[in-house]
Amino acid sequence: MSAPAGSPHPAASARIPPKFAGAAASGAAAPSGPGPAPHHQNGPAHSQMQVPSGYGLHHPNYIGPSGHFPQGPGKMTSLPLESQRGDYYSGLYTVPTQNVVTPCTANQSGAQQMYGRGPPAPHVVGSTPGSFQGAASSASHLYTSASQPYSSFVNHYNSPAMYSVNSSVASQGFPSTCGHYAMSTISNAVYPSVSYPSLPAGDPYGQMFTSQNAPTVRPVKDNSFPGQNTVVSYPSPLPPPPSQQQQQQQQQQQQQQQQQQSLSGYNTLSWSAPGLPSTPDSLIRNHTGSLAPTNNNPTNTVADSLSCAVMQNVQPRKSSPVVSTVLSGASSTRMPSAAKHPTEPVAPVTQPSELIQQKGMQYGEYVNNQASSAPTPLSSTSDDEEEEEEDEEAGVDSSSTTSSASPMPNSYDALEGGSYPDVHSSSASSPAPDPAPEPDPAPAPAPAPAPAAPQPSKMAKPFGYGYPILQPGYQNAAAPLNSGVHPSSQGYSGFQQYPQYPGVNQLSSGLGGLSLQSSPQPESLRPINLTQERNVLPMTPVWPPVPNLNLELKKLNCSPDSFRCTLTNIPQTQALLNKAKLPLGLLLHPFRDLTQLPVITSNTIVRCRSCRTYINPFVSFIDQRRWKCNLCYRVNDVPEEFMYNPLTRSYGEPHKRPEVQNSTVEFIASSDYMLRPPQPAVYLFVLDVSHNAVEAGYLTILCQSLLENLDKLPGDSRTRIGFMTFDSTIHFYNLQEGLSQPQMLIVSDIDDVFLPTPDSLLVNLYESKELIKDLLNALPNMFTNTRETHSALGPALQAAFKLMSPTGGRVSVFQTQLPSLGAGLLQSREDPNQRSSTKVVQHLGPATDFYKKLALDCSGQQTAVDLFLLSSQYSDLASLACMSKYSAGCIYYYPSFHHTHNPSQAEKLQKDLKRYLTRKIGFEAVMRIRCTKGLSMHTFHGNFFVRSTDLLSLANINPDAGFAVQLSIEESLTDTSLVCFQTALLYTSSKGERRIRVHTLCLPVVSSLADVYAGVDVQAAICLLANMAVDRSVSSSLSDARDALVNAVVDSLSAYGSTVSNLQHSALIAPGSLKLFPLYVLALLKQKAFRTGTSTRLDDRVYAMCQIKSQPLVHLMKMIHPNLYRIDRLTDEGAIHVNDRVVPQPPLQKLSAEKLTREGAFLMDCGSVFYIWIGKGCDNNFIEDVLGYPNFASIPQKMTHLPELDTLSSERTRSFITWLKDGRPLSAVLHVVKDESPAKTEFFQHLIEDRTEAAFSYYEFLLHVQQQICK
Amino acid sequence: MEAVVFVFSLLDCCALIFLSVYFIITLSDLECDYINARSCCSKLNKWVIPELIGHTVVTVLMLVSLHWFIFLLNLPVATWNIYRFIMVPSGNMGVFDPTEIHNRGQLKSHMKEAMIKLGFHLLCFFMYLYSMILALIND
Repeated sequence: MSAPAGSPHPAASARIPPKFAGAAASGAAAPSGPGPAPHHQNGPAHSQMQVPSGYGLHHPNYIGPSGHFPQGPGKMTSLPLESQRGDYYSGLYTVPTQNVVTPCTANQSGAQQMYGRGPPAPHVVGSTPGSFQGAASSASHLYTSASQPYSSFVNHYNSPAMYSVNSSVASQGFPSTCGHYAMSTISNAVYPSVSYPSLPAGDPYGQMFTSQNAPTVRPVKDNSFPGQNTVVSYPSPLPPPPSQQQQQQQQQQQQQQQQQQSLSGYNTLSWSAPGLPSTPDSLIRNHTGSLAPTNNNPTNTVADSLSCAVMQNVQPRKSSPVVSTVLSGASSTRMPSAAKHPTEPVAPVTQPSELIQQKGMQYGEYVNNQASSAPTPLSSTSDDEEEEEEDEEAGVDSSSTTSSASPMPNSYDALEGGSYPDVHSSSASSPAPDPAPEPDPAPAPAPAPAPAAPQPSKMAKPFGYGYPILQPGYQNAAAPLNSGVHPSSQGYSGFQQYPQYPGVNQLSSGLGGLSLQSSPQPESLRPINLTQERNVLPMTPVWPPVPNLNLELKKLNCSPDSFRCTLTNIPQTQALLNKAKLPLGLLLHPFRDLTQLPVITSNTIVRCRSCRTYINPFVSFIDQRRWKCNLCYRVNDVPEEFMYNPLTRSYGEPHKRPEVQNSTVEFIASSDYMLRPPQPAVYLFVLDVSHNAVEAGYLTILCQSLLENLDKLPGDSRTRIGFMTFDSTIHFYNLQEGLSQPQMLIVSDIDDVFLPTPDSLLVNLYESKELIKDLLNALPNMFTNTRETHSALGPALQAAFKLMSPTGGRVSVFQTQLPSLGAGLLQSREDPNQRSSTKVVQHLGPATDFYKKLALDCSGQQTAVDLFLLSSQYSDLASLACMSKYSAGCIYYYPSFHHTHNPSQAEKLQKDLKRYLTRKIGFEAVMRIRCTKGLSMHTFHGNFFVRSTDLLSLANINPDAGFAVQLSIEESLTDTSLVCFQTALLYTSSKGERRIRVHTLCLPVVSSLADVYAGVDVQAAICLLANMAVDRSVSSSLSDARDALVNAVVDSLSAYGSTVSNLQHSALIAPGSLKLFPLYVLALLKQKAFRTGTSTRLDDRVYAMCQIKSQPLVHLMKMIHPNLYRIDRLTDEGAIHVNDRVVPQPPLQKLSAEKLTREGAFLMDCGSVFYIWIGKGCDNNFIEDVLGYPNFASIPQKMTHLPELDTLSSERTRSFITWLKDGRPLSAVLHVVKDESPAKTEFFQHLIEDRTEAAFSYYEFLLHVQQQICK
Repeated sequence: MEAVVFVFSLLDCCALIFLSVYFIITLSDLECDYINARSCCSKLNKWVIPELIGHTVVTVLMLVSLHWFIFLLNLPVATWNIYRFIMVPSGNMGVFDPTEIHNRGQLKSHMKEAMIKLGFHLLCFFMYLYSMILALIND
């Protein structure tokens, strides 16, 4: 079974698509280089590779693919035989060694050599005895029952002719193909031809990509770009047309940023400024155009900019598309303009094969000037040695640069703080005279205050202390070049010009005044006596605090929707963090659906050479050719290609590249980031068809949804799909193109599952569409008379794994009961009498490691398992969930699902399926989170497998997945004023492109405890605590977790009381930023996951825990603390306009029965479910206008829809609900709850401020906390 | 007779020392990303039971041959080994679980444990050596 991966078979080379040859060959070439030949390859994700025994050792199935990736002979030949076949990850991540390193290896002959290599001939695989054995034993595997009930399907094995079909498919000289060993090898052998027929089309390497969202808008960009340079001259004489205006604004914005930046850190808008709500700020960051008016109107000052921000708040939706087109358009200009670029980009690898040689040459060139294609933390020892050597080389290379910039930590500080003298000197010494005239004699006053400000407070820097990034100085140096390229772009150049705009000075001094003097105690630090404050909950939704950075960084910073930190002011030392008693961690939503995402196609993805950080807005440019990494402080070279700015089509402005202007960007990765060709989208549905499942009737809904969404499944022409069903046996469906109808193949040997026809079970969606539709139409009725009650889930999953392992993809498992047969069978562990126990809740952990092992195997083969559990009884979700948890899948749970008896669940399934089937998906993903030196990550939460210390292996990534990371401070951060976090998510899009989505978050470091408290993001902290509590309850016990939650409040509030606030200790004092903390913790304690004393089914509890672990923050917060609105008196007061609809904005209500009046109607938004509670005395007008019934009594018990009535209040209510529903992944189901209906307990259990039999009311909880503090 | 007991203990102790070193090396490999969690844990889990048996045998041997001091010295470590083995949750893949080893500083605590055991076994080694020589001389 060992494909000699290390010895490529020359004869086979013709078989591979050219592109493939590129990937494979570059892998082969690195070792063929002379001497040390350090490979610069960067594994897309630096995954580790462990050579002697691979991750995937257990998967003989992988042989085929590994055969395609002939690992470099030098690297692999010395290995034991078994490792050659297998280590998936090493195969996956080490092979594309592409960037051949030293110039000598990258020469033409080397390149030719590499491209000439090919994978071994697949038939080598077949020469194992296994296949014969399999053939011999295959007869015993067959289900040859004569009483085959499914007459509509031909039983494959009853017709001997089928054998010939099989073997013809295999066509590699196998005597038979029935043995499962032989099977898997065949499938692998066939793999290249079957699965990547259209590969060249999917090759992203040289192709031009535009942002996904608005490719059509490019013309706009083209028109407006020429204008851009002229626009620069202030003041613009005429208001430009709207489309240009945006850009112009942006342009001006940039200038203004630079000017502000040159004023050092003084100009920060304080986060505490009372006049500045945090809301607009967060929006400004996304929509940078907003501040532009201040430029045109020099007399405008702070107030103006603030009002602008507010204005922006109202219209972000309108402005954002335009901005996005600018960005996307900009990135897309890269290709057209490339012709002018000095370094010709590498030709697309999809070129016909005669171009290969030339390509190789280009490769060589390209590599030569690609300074930053750097070592990866790859893992084999030899790799690392090479890397080290490389680093040393690099060190030598850049030693001159490093020495010219002063030694690291100090220089960083120095650079940040007192950079101006340097700047001047550098500009003075720059050979070319600065063309930007300095007409005004007043440049001095402005820079003067800048160095002065930070100096007095060297130790404790003022809030928002700036981060000049040295761009001003840098721009000085850059200016000559700019002018050379674009004379009209002088306006860009540095700070010398800002005296022209006195408004900026005023602005900054005004801001400085704001932040330093006018508000000695910011709102978030205002001490609040919790026991006396009755209305803690604000009237509007809680917004995340804005990190206290200077304006420019604020705008550049990552959106809090994607990336949040529990403390927006990072404490300097672990000691300080310990004193604050607050959790430190990150909450991530990396694959969120974005409306605006700059997509960058570039041959060189610029990354730090030592820590592999992607270049981001927070790096500093030391001069035009060097940038300093903001995570490890290493000085890197700016590659030649990066000097060209596609946005402005100018040369020599690396700081204006989209990578440096956006903290969330997406790169189209080159083949360096692939270890195999991007996989096609592969979907496998594994369906339970036992009696229980048929009874529940989910098949109808599923098949219906699938039929509707078959064309919307994300994917390209290679998309493959397959179906399996199981009860006590496993049924496969042969959907091979050309058959007249689907064939059902039954495997009854569940102890040793095999695949009957491995290559016709997963079929191309488009080629076999008719068959698939036939099957989907037939499926719901095929099993109506089944009497089989057993469920062999484990064997079915094993089969699914075998089927998926050659490609990877997504397995969707639908299960309706406890698995009762074969491997992975489970026993009922729940004792119904213990459901409301207040003491011990057992069995929160898995009962067996079967599902965990399976998930890890799947994860190794890039397969994610999504679980849909639709059960009416206990199904041991705790064990079953493992299959999704560790394979990066997702879990859906529909308790007591029945298609007719429980219509709301059926509706929910329908809606969820619609979203599930059509949402974006990323395959074979890895995510790495990096943070500034000194911080370290120690615990990860979410659905994934942590493959190495900071690398999360995600077989699939979906837009609804959230992650959390706990951080600790290992080294003191005293020598830096900012820390940055970067997540890089490398994935294969459903279209077969390899993409990297990078988010970068920048936060200030503070040294005083008060500042730490001022920056608490209470929602993020709660979500992180919830994640930690889930871990605790599984590993220890639920009561431990509950205690820990209470202690989190007690500790943090008492720490605050004893250190920061100097008020009397009898009262329960919390800073403004933490005022909601006790409320949220109480809400957590009353969550299904953590509550005790209230009857909670074990599966419900476990599902809540799974959701806490995998939901992104926005959705999790709704689940923890629902929003309550009164909707019977909606007015247009404060309403917002969305898509020509008026959306009323009723104030938030406390979650307490005291707010419910009998005369009212209330809407509760719990994230995945909406409740409308109708009071007994509710106004009949409302009931009639909105619900469509004459009076309270006539409202039906189960009402899940609001009728579309043509009344004002109905319209308002519906538009409000639609607005709430927009943009959430789990489409919410609406329940209308009458005051007296039994369903009202569902509603009332969410009123967390009230007392229940088993739990405190909010006030009691506060008293309890106070008591604990005083103890 | 006594000499035989100590010769055996000595050999056993050597094996345990090697095992500890192996644990440390493998764990530090994981720390440095040279191997992935999955293979690291499967490697280590393989040796948990041999280690447990090896150590328990010596402990029992000391009890049988009535070397009270050495028995009592070994007892806590043997108990810890057995406790650790028994307390593995049913859903875990052994003492070392690849899905958890990177969480909550588990890796560090495993490392610490392996270090302590190494020290302990070294101590025992010299004690057995001394006792063996003493026994041989007395014979």
